[in-house]
Amino acid sequence: MLTKRIIACLDVDGGRVVKGVRFKNLRDAGDPAECATAHARSGADEIVLLDITATSGNRRTLLDVVREAARSLFVPFTVGGGIRQLEDAAAVFDAGADKIAINSAAVRDPALIGKIAARFGSQAVVVAIDARKVNGRSANGGFEVFTAGGRVPAGRDAIAWTREAAACGAGEILLTSMDRDGTQLGFDCQLVREVAEAVSIPVIASGGAGSAHDFIQVFREGHADAALAASIFHFGIENIAQLKRELHRASVPVRWPC
Amino acid sequence: MIAVVDYGAGNLNSVKKAFDYLGVDVVVTDQCQVLTAADKIVLPGVGHFSSLRALNRTGLREALLQAAFAGKPFLGICLGMQWLFDGSEECVEIAGAGIFPGKCRQFPSSVKSPHVGWNSLTVQNGSRLLRGVAQDSFVYYTHSFHAPVLAATSAASEYGLQFTGAIEQSNIFGVQFHPEKSGDVGLMILKNFCEV
Repeated sequence: MLTKRIIACLDVDGGRVVKGVRFKNLRDAGDPAECATAHARSGADEIVLLDITATSGNRRTLLDVVREAARSLFVPFTVGGGIRQLEDAAAVFDAGADKIAINSAAVRDPALIGKIAARFGSQAVVVAIDARKVNGRSANGGFEVFTAGGRVPAGRDAIAWTREAAACGAGEILLTSMDRDGTQLGFDCQLVREVAEAVSIPVIASGGAGSAHDFIQVFREGHADAALAASIFHFGIENIAQLKRELHRASVPVRWPC
Repeated sequence: MIAVVDYGAGNLNSVKKAFDYLGVDVVVTDQCQVLTAADKIVLPGVGHFSSLRALNRTGLREALLQAAFAGKPFLGICLGMQWLFDGSEECVEIAGAGIFPGKCRQFPSSVKSPHVGWNSLTVQNGSRLLRGVAQDSFVYYTHSFHAPVLAATSAASEYGLQFTGAIEQSNIFGVQFHPEKSGDVGLMILKNFCEV
């Protein structure tokens, strides 16, 4: 049976993990390669590494980090942040990533999705979408896409953009609710469900995870194919192994034991 | 020495990296004479069945078939496994190797496609490639087309229907999933191939 994926996300700045992910048994919690391997060992189905500064000066550092992390990582490995053109993607794949995530650059130039997919396959292209409910709490306004790390409204409806990204050749959608991000109030199941039902490619839910119950909900009610958490160890869940045990107990199909 | 065939499709780094990690001598090549000289051959592949067209253009197809029929251990991964069959509905004008009968088809409309993620294996006894792999072990898949279950199928997975996850017959092995991305289970399978 196909299982629901639990994805660990590392936010990296200047070669260091900058938030979340503190392993009790690791002295240096900030090394991306160590964190990635430790996550994989504790049961993460996939690792996402996001370069949150993604300035040109840090680009070489990032590629070194990707190379180092990929060396001993044998689960799917996605790298995002600062990929603006095919050459950026090629460099990241060359360093050992299995998939790349693109956000702002794809909104600016949707054809980039197809260009990367044509060379590396659709399975290697994750389109990341940051969305928030229009008019704050209003229930009927839909969801709007933002780019540049959530700073710039793209003037696009999240569902319409998801459909377009899929049609352009995206292999997966990484959907972050800006309203829930960092709140630990649970995933935005309405947003996730609307997006998941709009396309047949897998949708990874992100933003708002606070407990094992939130994961259960986003799989059951949000129909997410995978769920991602950046700071999973900050909200009382001991580690991914414990989260998976709880999901397994709640009859959510997960890779457990793994 | 294991030769990993480079026919311009996708990213071969991860396959090479897994063999490097296992300490095995591996070379990524698009040269027929390197395939002829290699002890074992791995045909990887991701994406569209039409990318296999490059095998025909380059003469690699003949070299691969020769090696396979000469009894050289041969592992097809993902699209590389699908190539071992007659062909795929994804691109009907490209012929597979025809080593295993049948065509790869789309998943039924009852399930989302592509099939992406970790799925469990129902393992048949006696598989050399899957030696030591526990029943219901999880492996990582990413594909839109699937191969039928045959007598040679050594492990099946379920996604809307039963399909071939792994297949083997004498020196020919194929896996639809990605052993290089399937954690310890995947590494064990690659190690088994090295020891065949």
